[in-house]
Amino acid sequence: MPKSDGESEVLLQELVKYFNEKREIIRKQWIENMKVKQLWEGLTSAEIEGESAAIYDTYNECLKTNRFNRAEEYATKIAGRGVLRDMTTEQIIGGLLVLRDVYGHNLFRKYQKDESLLSSALNIFEPVANRILSIIVMALLAEREKLVRNQQEAIRELSTPALVLRERLLILPIIGVIDSIRAKQLTENLLFSIRSNRAKVVVMDITGVPAIDSKVANHLLQTVEAARLLGAEVIVTGLSPEIAQTIVTIGVDLSRIKTIGDLLGGIEEADRYLGYKLIKPAN
Amino acid sequence: MDVPILKQGDYLIVSIQSALADVDLMKLQDSLVKQVGIFHSHGVVIDIAALDVIDSFSTRTLQNISHMINLRGAYVVVVGIQADVAFAMVQMGLTLKNVKTALDLEEGIAILEQARKKVETDGV
Repeated sequence: MPKSDGESEVLLQELVKYFNEKREIIRKQWIENMKVKQLWEGLTSAEIEGESAAIYDTYNECLKTNRFNRAEEYATKIAGRGVLRDMTTEQIIGGLLVLRDVYGHNLFRKYQKDESLLSSALNIFEPVANRILSIIVMALLAEREKLVRNQQEAIRELSTPALVLRERLLILPIIGVIDSIRAKQLTENLLFSIRSNRAKVVVMDITGVPAIDSKVANHLLQTVEAARLLGAEVIVTGLSPEIAQTIVTIGVDLSRIKTIGDLLGGIEEADRYLGYKLIKPAN
Repeated sequence: MDVPILKQGDYLIVSIQSALADVDLMKLQDSLVKQVGIFHSHGVVIDIAALDVIDSFSTRTLQNISHMINLRGAYVVVVGIQADVAFAMVQMGLTLKNVKTALDLEEGIAILEQARKKVETDGV
């Protein structure tokens, strides 16, 4: 039978008092359970004491005030550690779940003689515990997403600049997966290089590109055309068999780009275009 | 606003200094096509290095000018397209079809010289 607000309030106070009084006992139970499950790996005794005290106090504060700021602060702090540094996600979430169980067991023990009182106590405790767990899990997820974003940014910065091979000849080796953003960056860098080096030919090598889709193929075409407007001819080299098949299947207009099998051939063609001839002196 | 057309030997050089209104572009088209005949020019260099925006009308007109001058027997090279402008043009699908382009005035003249030499050795 659900309790009235007044009775709930009294029960809440009783729970808070109980958890405060039993702090050390419950906390030690929790630490023991975690040891059995080997969830304290990598932490010193001092750290274990510190972490367990922090979480325990967070729980009690949230239970008492029904405000979760403390949990959110704790979550932000622990998320950084969990994703990047010394604690694993398993430890953090596992720890919270074990603590919830320990709390639960203690509530059972205290109220086992009165089923309706036990039920009310659980109704007060469970939403708080669940909310805290949610907050911490969301913080961990957010931290992980931040990490992935940073790595994506780092990959984009790995782009090779256009290299001057001979006067008026640039080579642009492209490595890795190209997405729309990277393709745009690539084009801008190339156009800038063409201008500053007064290039007449660019050999764009895509040996290091595993696959492309129609969007990226179009980006490549646009790059070629933009370069042409600046008076530079683009020779694309190093198309893998997979990419060759993709391009034909997609139906890209091939008359608009000049392609050659490999970098070697591409540079020979570029030399011809510029009027260079390679002569090996007779030995 | 009248765009000055400069004569350099057998070539005409047009330097567009600022964004031209549609009517001025048409005037330029008229002027150029006439002057190619008057001076028996072999080639024309149109320099748009000062333009930092270009629209579809300007692009089409440049294309038309180029084709018209070709019909009158002269080569045309459009030079000085800025990197940002080139990027914007291809994204909007504004290609200068069948128009020779080059980086700058120096390149443009070099191309015209080469074309003329080719004609002299191979014939038209």
